[in-house]
Parts: sequence; structure tokens; C-alpha cells
Amino acid sequence: MNIFSDIVNALPGAVAQGLIWGIMAVGVFITYKILDIADLTVDGSICTGMAVCAVLMTNGVNVWVAMLCSLIAGMLTGLVTGIFHTFMGIPAILAGILTQLILWSVNLKILGGANLALPARTYDVIVTLLRRESSIFILIAFVVVLAALLYWFFGTEFGSAVRATGSNIKMSRAQGINTDFNKIFGLVLSNGIVALSGSLLAQYSGSADINSGRGAIVIGLAAVIIGEAIISKISKNFFIHLIGVVLGGVVYYIVYQVVICLKIDTDFLKMLSALVVAVFLAVPYWKKKYFSKPKQLKKEEAPNA
Amino acid sequence: MLEIKNITKIFNAGTVNEKVALDGVSLTLNDGDFVTVIGGNGAGKSTMLNAVAGTYFLDGGSISVDGADITRLPEHKRARFIGRVFQDPMMGTAADMWIEENMALANRRGMRRSLRWAITKKERERYREMLSELELGLEDRLSTKVGLLSGGQRQALTLLMAAMKQPKVLLLDEHTAALDPKTAATVLQLSDKFISEYKLTSLMVTHNMKDAIAHGNRLIMMNAGKIVLDIGGEEKKKLTVEKLLELFSKSSGTEFANDRALLG
Repeated sequence: MNIFSDIVNALPGAVAQGLIWGIMAVGVFITYKILDIADLTVDGSICTGMAVCAVLMTNGVNVWVAMLCSLIAGMLTGLVTGIFHTFMGIPAILAGILTQLILWSVNLKILGGANLALPARTYDVIVTLLRRESSIFILIAFVVVLAALLYWFFGTEFGSAVRATGSNIKMSRAQGINTDFNKIFGLVLSNGIVALSGSLLAQYSGSADINSGRGAIVIGLAAVIIGEAIISKISKNFFIHLIGVVLGGVVYYIVYQVVICLKIDTDFLKMLSALVVAVFLAVPYWKKKYFSKPKQLKKEEAPNA
Repeated sequence: MLEIKNITKIFNAGTVNEKVALDGVSLTLNDGDFVTVIGGNGAGKSTMLNAVAGTYFLDGGSISVDGADITRLPEHKRARFIGRVFQDPMMGTAADMWIEENMALANRRGMRRSLRWAITKKERERYREMLSELELGLEDRLSTKVGLLSGGQRQALTLLMAAMKQPKVLLLDEHTAALDPKTAATVLQLSDKFISEYKLTSLMVTHNMKDAIAHGNRLIMMNAGKIVLDIGGEEKKKLTVEKLLELFSKSSGTEFANDRALLG
């Protein structure tokens, strides 16, 4: 009974955190699912978003201005990875790792130390764990606006070209699409969203810490995968799909809270997350390799007909 | 008009694997010319097409379309002049996107891609009409993901996407080689139709000598990075496979080395 009430008490907090990480997962969705790039910049850029927001707010800057600056800072980190990848020809994964390492130093300099407190009692934040319920409403509004904007963008001429770049790069070039530019744009957009979620996370948790971005990509991937599992059977609509990714983040954090309430050693949490993501990534591969039935050839398609 | 002047392409220059893929090739296509290209493996057919498309830059020579030099233009900027169909049916379309989305991508080729909605109602009707000309039933499946189509359907769609903007040059790179004979015949027939309907200047690489003879108004044969035969007009109309083989060994001094071409 005790554990059960612990879980219920922890639920609003898990939902709020899940929504914040869900927004980050939308950024991961753009690179991983749409551009077909595994972008490891996010481990650094989420922390950049936290650091910029915390430093500006503790220096008396308005919360909305601070969040806008986080967004722009995140976009710049995506630009760096994009330039590494396209202009300098570095494989995407390595480009992301390099930027991540650069950001470690940059984030330390921004924070002026390993961490910085942003107490909600002192500063005028829009989300905080001291006001969980109202925070959840604000975050839901954020998610809906973000998903609507992205739904619109990826339906435009330019947005379609970005999707084509991820789907078939050779075809895209043959159709006159500047694939290098689109990849950079996607990375900029993605990391902007990730840093924006970082600014929310710093406000919510009341601090920014140099280590808080570690493993963010894994949480993002987990949310994307869980979201797909929830939504893919229900709807093919892109807007619903984006909402599903955010829900994936929420589910992840509820499970996380349950694990904590069960008093399982939290040192293992990162390992567990990584293993769960590894298994989920393997499922489509296994399906294809071991469980697919040989395709029935129609008569006119038979070889050497 | 497509003018290829003395183009050279060397792969792996300076290593033991050095391969002169194009050795000073010159070729001029007048407006409306439909040239078929034939030759053995490694003769330089695909390399020539890729050089025109801008997949890689040349080591020498120049390429111009309607008098405009495109030699140093990147691939995506040349696309406004050029329509392409690849050998691999999976290569020419975006599998994760709908049929109408793919067509909209092709319809914006060479234009600025703005933040307007990708497909208007009017365009959708036009795409439907164009698709019905393929006679594959695709006009009723506008919002089907292209990845769900068969190889032949995808290749026909790629062909339509390449031709619909009436490019200055249409490049067909063994575009029927991966299809079964019946589908290949359909796609070839559609190629003929679009080329004559839109009066497209075209280069078609094929490994099939019969197809090379039956289609187009001019035939060139390549060997070791050079054009060894160039036959047009009345002479091409009278051409047979036997005659072509004879001409080949006479001009190159070797036997024609591509079994696929003979059997096809």
C-alpha cells in the first residue's frame, strides 16, 4: 500500500518531467526519424539550454527572453554539428560527438562552474516542481503549439524537401533539393527544440547542472520508440505522431518513477534505459531477419519469366 | 541542346586501381534528339550520364545545356535542366512519402521551395490526370506511400516525375534493367511516349541491343571511355544486332564483351 501511494504521489511530477523530456524527444524525432541522422549533439545542447536560461535568469533577465536565448543557443549548436557533417564531411555520429565535447567546455564556461541554482521562490519561472499541476497545463500548451507548428512546417514545400532529404538523398538531389542545407536546417531546428526543453528543465528542477544532459539521446530515443508503439496502430497523422512522441516521454518517466518507488538501486537506471532502447532498436531488425515470410512471387514477377 | 566537349574522368588517379572512365568524350545532342547508348561493362556509359547529371566533377572538358556552361554547377542546381531515371527502381522516389508528395517534389524542381503548402487542390487534380496516363491505377492512390508500390510502378512514377517538368535533357540510366521483361516493355513504351509528347532531348543507356536499335533516332556505342560508333538517320533504321556487332569489332578491334547485351 505504501509503495502504491508513493507512486500516486509521484505521478504529477513524473508527468511534468515526462512532458519536458517529451519536448526534447520531438527534437530527437526530427533528426532520428525524419533526417535519418543519429545526432548525439543533444546530450550537450540540452545542457546548453539549461545553462543559458539559468545564467540569464539569475542575472535578472525575463523568463521568456531567457528561453528565447536558450532556443537560439541550441540552434547554434545544431549549426556547428551541421557544418561538421556537411561542409567538413565528418560522419554524422562523430560530428555530434565532437560538438558534444565542445559543449562540455562551453557549458562549464556559461555556468561558471559545475552547477547553478535557479530557485523558483526567488525567480519568476513558468514551470516548477513546487507547482506541479499548473506546470503540467503550461507544458501541455507548449506541446500542442510545438506540434502544430511542426505539422505546418513539414507540410510546406520546404518542409517536404527536408523530409525527402532524410528519405532518399540521391533522389532529393536529382529533384534539385540542396540536401546539405536541409540537413543543417534539420539539425538547427532539432537542437533548438532540445535546448528549449533544457530551459524548461532548468526552471522545473530549480538548477542547471553540467551533468544533466548525459544520456539525453537515449531518453529521447526511448520516447520516440515508446511513442511509436503507442500511436502507430491508432493514426498515421503526423500531428498525432508528434503528440505520441511526447507521450512516450511521459510513459518513460512514469516507469522511471515506479522504479524509484520500488526502491531499486537508481545507479542502474541509465544502464536499464540503454538496454531497453537497445532491445527496442533490435526488434525491427529481428523481425526482418528471423520472422519475415518469403515474399510470394506472382507469376509475371517470377525471375527469368 | 546538350554539348559535351572532350570530357575526361579518371577514378583513383595515381593508384594501381587507376581507371580512365571517360577518355575525351565529345557528343552533341540537338533539341529533340533521342540517343541510345550501348557498350560493354566499364565502357563509360553510366559515367557519362553521371557527369552530365553532376554526381561528380570532371577532370577535364566541359558540359553545356542550351549554351549555358554547367560544368561547375553542383548536382542540385543542375536539376532544373535535367530529369533522371536510375537503374534501381528504389532510387528515384522517396519511399516514406506519398505519391502526390513525390510528384510535388518533382513539380518544384528548379524552383525556390517556399513556406507555402506543398500541394494545392489544382495541382492534385493535375497529378491525378498525369498518373492516369500511366494506366497503372496510381491515380486512385495519391496518398499511398511510394514504398508500397512495385518496382515497375515506382519506375513508371520516377519517369513521370523526371519528364513532367519538361527538362532540357532527360537521362535514362539502364532504367529497365532491374524490371521483369513485361514491365520493362511498359516502362520503355512510356519513355517513348513522354519523349515524343514533351519533345525531350534524351540519353538512354541500355544493355539491350534490340532496345537500342528500336528506340531513339540515334545510337552511340562506347568502349573503354570513348565513343566508337555514332549512327543516326536512315542508317540507324536499317540496323540489326548482327550488323552492330560487326561494326563494333571493326571500329574497336575487339569482340563485344557483354553477354547480357547479346542475350537480351
